[in-house]
Amino acid sequence: MADRPIRYRYAGKAAQGFQRFAASKPPEFLIGLYRSMLRIRRIEEAIERRYREDQMKTPIHLVIGQEGTAVGCCAALRHADLLYTSHRTHGGYLAKGGDLRAMLCEMHCRVNGCVGSRGGSMHLVDKRVGMAGTSAIVGGAVPIATGAALAAQMKGEDRVVVTLIGDATTEEGVTSESLNFAALRGLPIVFFCENNFYSVQSPLDVRQPPRSIRAWAESHGMAACTVDGVNVLAVREATSAAVARARAGEGPTFIEAEVYRFRAHGGAGDDSHTGYRAVAEREAWEAVCPIAIFGGYLTSAGLLGDAAVAEMEGRIADEIDEAFAFALASPYPTEADLLRHVYAE
Amino acid sequence: MPWDEGLVNSLVYDRPDPGEGRVMSYVGAINEALTIALDSDPSVLVLGQGVDDPSAMFGTTRGLQDRFGLRRVFDTPLSEEAMMGVSAGAAMNGMRPVYMHNRPDFVLLAFNQLVTHAPKFHFMDNGQTTVPMVVWAAIGRGWGSGAQHSQAIHGMLLGVPGLKIVMPSTPHDAKGLLLAAIMDNNPVCVFEHRWLMKKDGVVPERPYRVPIGKGICRRRGRDLTIVGASHAIELGAQAAALLASEGIEAEVIDLRTIKPLDESIVLESLHRTGRLLVVDTAWATGGVCAEVGCLAAEKGFRDLKAPVGRVGLPDAPAPAGFTLEQFYYPDAPRIAEAARGLMRA
Repeated sequence: MADRPIRYRYAGKAAQGFQRFAASKPPEFLIGLYRSMLRIRRIEEAIERRYREDQMKTPIHLVIGQEGTAVGCCAALRHADLLYTSHRTHGGYLAKGGDLRAMLCEMHCRVNGCVGSRGGSMHLVDKRVGMAGTSAIVGGAVPIATGAALAAQMKGEDRVVVTLIGDATTEEGVTSESLNFAALRGLPIVFFCENNFYSVQSPLDVRQPPRSIRAWAESHGMAACTVDGVNVLAVREATSAAVARARAGEGPTFIEAEVYRFRAHGGAGDDSHTGYRAVAEREAWEAVCPIAIFGGYLTSAGLLGDAAVAEMEGRIADEIDEAFAFALASPYPTEADLLRHVYAE
Repeated sequence: MPWDEGLVNSLVYDRPDPGEGRVMSYVGAINEALTIALDSDPSVLVLGQGVDDPSAMFGTTRGLQDRFGLRRVFDTPLSEEAMMGVSAGAAMNGMRPVYMHNRPDFVLLAFNQLVTHAPKFHFMDNGQTTVPMVVWAAIGRGWGSGAQHSQAIHGMLLGVPGLKIVMPSTPHDAKGLLLAAIMDNNPVCVFEHRWLMKKDGVVPERPYRVPIGKGICRRRGRDLTIVGASHAIELGAQAAALLASEGIEAEVIDLRTIKPLDESIVLESLHRTGRLLVVDTAWATGGVCAEVGCLAAEKGFRDLKAPVGRVGLPDAPAPAGFTLEQFYYPDAPRIAEAARGLMRA
């Protein structure tokens, strides 16, 4: 079967885009961002590799290809800031500081999972690190995050809320309603849209008219910008500016970042071969992998060498192996756990 | 004539005995509960379309914004789903929102948040979060309210785990149940009835809470049990008075809370009387009538001397015209007639 035509092309500058952001940053900070993205990638690959063993009885939505947005966005946040996400939780959870063991226990349906085997992959929550909530209903977490921002504003807390949403989230009426209210009240919130062009297998241009998502957001009366989603530094910079504005009481910001999902909407592996998107399109985006191009930049800048990368890879692999072993050795919940927390005391 | 004000004003209720305590209006009791809550707890906020307008949500919110300020008592955009989610998100982050709607029909717009989000989070995140919020609405009846302004939706919510639903029938309970709902750490729906709004009653001045999940016996009787909540209790009590003149002694059980249901008060009464008539302001199908009827079949079968009777709305939308309304809505004579039928069975 002939490949489909390419619909969505990368419009950024790839490695050429780093210089203007990197100059003022300490090397350890830059290397830390690289390590965070690499760690998420390797964790996702390990999950994907082991998924067929059927020990993780949970729907998965891998973030492979979208590490630049999760890491860049969370790098602009403080520990006390809150993150709310959609069903695609892994990147945000890990980037916000969520515990890997607790995540893998959750995915293996163990009682010591981050939410006690009540949520699974789509509901990784850890309030201790500000991973505050998720929704498996597209747009469902958007008003919740808006309400969290209202609470922060009313209590006078120095706290910003970020919600990671997708392109399809902007089609839900509740998102428009939430943006309206956030703008009306000048809430300390950042709506961060990872536009990966597909909702499950439905392309953006059959779902939205040819106008930018940024323009749509701006029409709600808030600051809005676009950023190169594969450029972790640009993402971090844009988010920092939005967070600073929110913290200063200057209201919400909407950020649109174009990214690409290298894998299927759900499950292990890619599904481009089924014909809804071009294999060549995925390959073109893989050529601007957010980790590879940033690694390439750091190498060319003399900040990262082969030995350092090898050591990093080794540590990450050890951590992943240990966390999987821990999860597999952890106990399952019992029937006595079932009806706990239906109602709060 | 403002909407159904004239109709509600024309309703005749028994006058309370001032010797028993301070007499106040139903609306005044709700206003007092909101005032106490706002005054005693800075995390309480009151929002809803028109809470600060001249009609002040039937008068229940009158003066609150002047006293407690624009930030804590505020009008909302017409964005029911978002504002329900905003309420949940604020509740998850330390606030106690009371989100008011002048009709339950508008709550239906927010079912994604009310059903799929707010009552689920505490369970889904293994008890990390509580969602202390109140959703308040007044069921309409008559004066052309029709199919879309008089729906009593509580039956649809009985099957939603994590929600609590209270339905006061007196000014005393309107205050005490609302205060209990506001201080509860779960999402609580308070469904009022428009026709109770001109009922006066004895209302203690002090703050007090009517316990959620407990019913109360309104009238003792040996022949049959009439059980219901809200305005159905008013009709049930009127029917019991009619029956008494014929020598039939009906016991009237006010559920006060329909979720979680006080099973023991129903079963104990049924044990004494052997006959059960369930009355409700909503459809007889699939709601309080069905649930309480099933309770009797499941756990009170041996006590039943007659089949369980149900008096609710027919399985049809509410008509708007006043002649059709008379055929549609149950009244005291029809409840009394159903009771006589049970006595003959």
